Amino acid sequence: MGIQAYSGSGWVLTKLEELINWGRKRSPWPLPYGTACCGIEMMCALASGYDMARFGAERPSFSPRQADVLIEAGTISKKMVPILQRIYDQMAEPKWVIAMGACACSGGVFRTYSTLQGIDKVIPVDVYVPGCPPRPEGLLYALIKVMEKIEKDHPLRKQFEQLELAGSCGNA
Amino acid sequence: MLKDMVQGCLGPLAVCMNECQGDLSVEVSKPQVLEVLRRLKDDPGLGFDFLSDLFGVDNSDLHKKKPAPKKAAGEGAADAEPEQPGPLPPRFEVIYLLLSLKTNKRLQVKVKVPEDDMTVDSATSIWKAATWPERETFDMYGIRFKGHPDLRKLLMWDEFPAHPLRKDYPLEGLGEERHLIYE
Repeated sequence: MGIQAYSGSGWVLTKLEELINWGRKRSPWPLPYGTACCGIEMMCALASGYDMARFGAERPSFSPRQADVLIEAGTISKKMVPILQRIYDQMAEPKWVIAMGACACSGGVFRTYSTLQGIDKVIPVDVYVPGCPPRPEGLLYALIKVMEKIEKDHPLRKQFEQLELAGSCGNA
Repeated sequence: MLKDMVQGCLGPLAVCMNECQGDLSVEVSKPQVLEVLRRLKDDPGLGFDFLSDLFGVDNSDLHKKKPAPKKAAGEGAADAEPEQPGPLPPRFEVIYLLLSLKTNKRLQVKVKVPEDDMTVDSATSIWKAATWPERETFDMYGIRFKGHPDLRKLLMWDEFPAHPLRKDYPLEGLGEERHLIYE
């Protein structure tokens, strides 16, 4: 994006996609989904000491409708799978997922009948944070990685592809 | 002293008593378990009015290991699983951990549960606290409790087909999964 102000109120020259990404990147509202000890570290990262709001994660959204990034922090038991899937389905596009901690990434030490062996078995994951639990810095780094991913996104291309798809269906 | 009092309270209902490091356990027969528990609760001297826990035990591995030391010489024969003569002892156990808030004494009550008759009388009529532990024991071992008001699975989901704390159930499970289904 190029912003120039020679005189007066100035002008902006940019691509629409970059403008959209610029906006999305700087307000990734997290949906905190803490199910175990990782949740405590996530709270720490959200609170004033580490202050995730510095990166635009200003408002932890407890409604999936208004969230952009699902931070899945903790063990997911198999009994809980439908709840996690439903929450992911309820989030509006665009949405990203951070799997925080060894349990969310792979089941961790719980290689048992009752534990889901990684949340990527049921929902797509964008960033994995290893650790048991990871330090808050790890979560902040993951958020920055999500922001990098948003930056490379092509939101309009996706829209047009969907439009074209819908149009072709209508014609046929 | 506690042993004598329990013996006096239960009389012939106590099949066998055992004391291990100061912890007294008494084994009773399955049909009489409710009678025993009620007596232990109502006895003025004992007054075991608090059920701290109730759980099951699967002893099948214990029974398997017993004959092994005798036949240590023939290592190849160990794989063939030679059955010991005579009937196997009952596979399951239900253990009640009782506490007397009056005397601060504890007691274990054990009931053997054979695999072909996995029904025990529910203790919910004596202690409401037995409700959830009995549900858990049913979930984990498949032991049914007769007279329980709501015997559903406690920990696993309703459709879960197995009883995971049984010794023949693998730790990693048998691939049971639960998925979201929209109606």
